[in-house]
Amino acid sequence: MIEKGLVPALSLIGLLLLWVVAAALTADATILPTPWSLVGPFLRELQSGELLFHLGHTLLRVIWAFVLAMTVGMALGLVMGRFPKVDRWLDPWLVVFLNLPALVLIVLCYLWIGLNETAAIVAVTLNKVPNVTTMIREGARSFSPDLDAMATVYRMPPVTRLRHVLLPQLAPFVAAAARSGVAVIWKIVLVVEFLGRSSGIGFKIHLYFQLFDVRMVLVYALSFIIVMLVVEWSVLQPWERRVRRWRIA
Amino acid sequence: MVCPATLGTARAPLADRMIKVDVTRKFYGDTQILGRIAFEIKRGETVAVLGPSGVGKSTLLRIIAGIDHTYEGQVTRPEKMAIVFQEPTLLLWRSVLQNLMLIHPGLSDHAARGMLEKVGIGGKADLFPGQLSLGQQRRLALARAFAGDPEFLIMDEPFVSLDPQTAEVMLALTETLIAEVRPATLFVTHARAEAERLRARILELRGTPASLAPRLVL
Repeated sequence: MIEKGLVPALSLIGLLLLWVVAAALTADATILPTPWSLVGPFLRELQSGELLFHLGHTLLRVIWAFVLAMTVGMALGLVMGRFPKVDRWLDPWLVVFLNLPALVLIVLCYLWIGLNETAAIVAVTLNKVPNVTTMIREGARSFSPDLDAMATVYRMPPVTRLRHVLLPQLAPFVAAAARSGVAVIWKIVLVVEFLGRSSGIGFKIHLYFQLFDVRMVLVYALSFIIVMLVVEWSVLQPWERRVRRWRIA
Repeated sequence: MVCPATLGTARAPLADRMIKVDVTRKFYGDTQILGRIAFEIKRGETVAVLGPSGVGKSTLLRIIAGIDHTYEGQVTRPEKMAIVFQEPTLLLWRSVLQNLMLIHPGLSDHAARGMLEKVGIGGKADLFPGQLSLGQQRRLALARAFAGDPEFLIMDEPFVSLDPQTAEVMLALTETLIAEVRPATLFVTHARAEAERLRARILELRGTPASLAPRLVL
């Protein structure tokens, strides 16, 4: 059990050591500052409230886009997986949107909707929906026909059926979509903020990029990485363990 | 003996001829699987459909159960139905007790536990089905079928792939439950002994496209 927690910890320490060595070899704090030289600026940003303000904005956008993308993607994926006729009509759209570069969607959303919050969230959502749809559709295609037959004969009402027969079968696919979803979404949110928002981690990175301040870019980027790791460990992984409980019982 | 007509329950109009099967044709693509098949099942009666594997028994069963709608003909069936498949077909992600109560929302906790007791898995209510042996899972499938007090019970080779001893126990259990609940029962099998054991009226499915070769009641 100790082994289990020890390996990722040691691996992360290794990464930190690599950074220290690289910083020592570079020997130029404007290109690659040492890890400990970030502590001062980090605390300063934290105390001024600046860091938390921008972190909060980014997190809010991530949550909005995540909830929207998962909801729309799951609905579409379920319908497309269950009804091959709908799938044949919508599949070409899916292929188009899957291959549309994130940057194009973001720029078009800003141009069409305006430089506002709606455009930002819509852009991120549209970028993620096709992926979620594809994964959920795969899950919906693999529903057990026997359980379907059982639910039909016993006349289970549609809501009960969705909640207790279909969604549990979909759980591994939802978990995969959610985890890859969070990872992709927060990266796209940063690009969206970089291009057209005046708050958030992406905005701050844009600002310090223009000032060539590597140290502050790292402070903001690392802060958000830590937040996302906490989300992964404290929300996503425990939830996944809970829905998988019956498999290991 | 009370005359069924004077019982006056809601079931009365259907009491005599509850299930009416009249299938004229069934195709898979261009291949005709079933020809004309017509029979009726009365309340409390057990009908067994016998035939070699691949003859179309399962196809017929799916039509009668209302799972398959693409056929020519008509099937009259009651509202309250139950089915037992070859495999237990349980909700593996819900507890044993929930497997009864989610399917039969009207069932009380007490009644559900009583039903589990009756099929011999009373102590397993709070486990997941995956923690039961295959034999216990089949018992749960039987409990699920009878818990809803079905008017029409469909069984699709429920004792296939069981060792003779377990099959005998399951048959005895099924016999008891049928005697208690008295549904109209349709029993699909390739084992004549099982059908005779349940004192079923035997219908034989033969030929391509398959049709019935009726036999006298034993």
